[in-house]
Amino acid sequence: MRRAHGLITGAALAAAMSTALVTGAAAQTIKIGVNEPLTGPFAASGTYVVNGAKIAADEINAKGGLLGRKIELVIEDNKSNPTEAAAVAEKLITGDKVPVIMGAWGSSLTLAVMPKLMEYKVPMVVETSSSSKITTSGNSYIFRISPPSSVEATEFKSIMPSLGIKKADFLVINNDWGRGSAEDFGKVMKAQNIQVGLVEIMDQAAQDMSAQLAKIKATDSDTIMVTTAVEQLTLVLKQAAALGITKRIVTTGGSQNPDQLIEQAGAAANGSMHLTTFAPWYPDKTPDPAATKYFLGEWKKRGYAIAGATESFRGYDGIRTIANAIQRAGKAEPAAITDALWTTDFAGLNGQIKFQKQGPAGKESGQSMPNLYLIKIENEKIVLSGS
Amino acid sequence: MTELLQHIVNTLILGSTYALLGIGLTLIFGIMRVVNFAHGELYSFGAYALYFVGVMLGLNFFLALIVAVVLGCFAGALIEVVLLRPMRGADIDTTMLVMIGAMIVMQNGEQFVWGGVAKSVSTPFPELPLVVGSISVSWLRLFVFCAALALIGVSYLLINRTKLGKAMRATFQDRDAAALMGVNIQFIYMATFAIGSSLAAAAGALLGPVYVISPQMGNLASLKAFAIVILGGLGSIGGATIGGFLLALAEELGAGYVSSGYRDAMGFLIIIAVLLFKPTGLFARAERIG
Repeated sequence: MRRAHGLITGAALAAAMSTALVTGAAAQTIKIGVNEPLTGPFAASGTYVVNGAKIAADEINAKGGLLGRKIELVIEDNKSNPTEAAAVAEKLITGDKVPVIMGAWGSSLTLAVMPKLMEYKVPMVVETSSSSKITTSGNSYIFRISPPSSVEATEFKSIMPSLGIKKADFLVINNDWGRGSAEDFGKVMKAQNIQVGLVEIMDQAAQDMSAQLAKIKATDSDTIMVTTAVEQLTLVLKQAAALGITKRIVTTGGSQNPDQLIEQAGAAANGSMHLTTFAPWYPDKTPDPAATKYFLGEWKKRGYAIAGATESFRGYDGIRTIANAIQRAGKAEPAAITDALWTTDFAGLNGQIKFQKQGPAGKESGQSMPNLYLIKIENEKIVLSGS
Repeated sequence: MTELLQHIVNTLILGSTYALLGIGLTLIFGIMRVVNFAHGELYSFGAYALYFVGVMLGLNFFLALIVAVVLGCFAGALIEVVLLRPMRGADIDTTMLVMIGAMIVMQNGEQFVWGGVAKSVSTPFPELPLVVGSISVSWLRLFVFCAALALIGVSYLLINRTKLGKAMRATFQDRDAAALMGVNIQFIYMATFAIGSSLAAAAGALLGPVYVISPQMGNLASLKAFAIVILGGLGSIGGATIGGFLLALAEELGAGYVSSGYRDAMGFLIIIAVLLFKPTGLFARAERIG
């Protein structure tokens, strides 16, 4: 009896092994690491990005997956904390053995992850962060699809004349992203003979910016350049309105979620202008209208708040970029994916995704150059005012 | 000059809510000797309660405020009975750990229930600010200021003019002697925690509509409340009130005239100075030992 049992087990094992040899590829998934803030101050944005990533993964799997295998997102929470972000990267690479990662939303989070990529030679597609440091510090495993603030500032140059700015003050979040933006935009403005006045800083967790705004109110500038994410931006707009500030407010960074601003800041959002890299309100003006419509349709179908679309598209594009590279690499291995990422060339939701070399020679990072749109909120509606 | 005036107006409004937070904590800290790390979570509890009652159930804004404060009072009483009562007699570090646990559970609970996207509450006040000369203030903030002052006044009367307040003060001075004089210590502890919590909830409900409501809003509130208590001295309502305004003043002027990047550091610099030169706080009465 015991022997018969062993025989059956043996036969079953053999059968299983032979099927595994034939369909082995299909049985195993291709893992993609996702390192995003799902709790902490950036929880809302990180969750949007992850939801976008899931839409891309489901779309790819519905079409049969990659290299005959399904893709699997291994999603980890970096808690909006740089230390955690690095730990999550380590866990994804050594524990889950992912060959490629998407992450990590904030610049400070991404910068914390970067040494881990060097250590394990695993590439990461950066979907949101905009500090210039990320692509210029000589990390050849970084492929960024969001615009760094320097690119944003350069592209803003062509929009600036229509605004007639003479002097601008800055109000930025106190991290790599905010300070980097103030520097890059300041540089471009000075080159255009626009005066740069105050550069005011606000702490990441600060809720009351009245002191900074009171100071800005008293200057002779005509424009306030604001860089921060939607939650703090809502407060800035409300508090500026409460202080009776009538200067033009232009925001940068692409994490403004204009629909959420309108909902939460109400009339205080009127007249404010925002630089974004995705224009879901005008799908026909995006580089790939069909893809935009599919994405937005899927977003609505899943019952997500439409305000999240301007954030979540990054996750969608990030996973598509990775999938595109894996397909061309022919295998899900870090080195092959890194090589394939360099030859990426397809239409993302915010422009052609194609990596240029940036940073010190020999260890360049990849940087894609997305489109930039300037939108304006008028009567609680979004109007496209330049691109 | 107008900039300075604007800073002072901002200080008064901000300070009034800081004072509320501080008074709530100083009562709990001073009377119960509980290092209440969950104080900030009761602040966000108040804000979410306002959101739930005022926005989701659609109750009138002012009624919703009152309901939020009452709910905060109940939540505080519940925490006291469930978490702190069994810990009576445990040393201060143990209860501190319990409160840190409560803070983590409450904050993550908020995130679980409400999600990470910040909520906003609309109010019946006009969007256009009140403008006097070159100073402008939103009507909502003006209301917050008045309501906070009223609550500070009520707490002051409660502590100094009622029998309950007298019993609380007696317990603060000497728990054993108060118990021997027939003060029901269990009840005093529960009442203290409930009152302190309802003040935190009131601050949250008042500031929720001014800012936005998010699960993390309590972190900074906790930190500031502790700062105010240290500044004003343990168990002193007057001290917490003045401490609240001082902290707001330091932040406003620090951000306005020194550097906005160090706005939150200003308050803490003052605290370091206070701890160095007058460690019992600026306004603490001498504490009787033993």
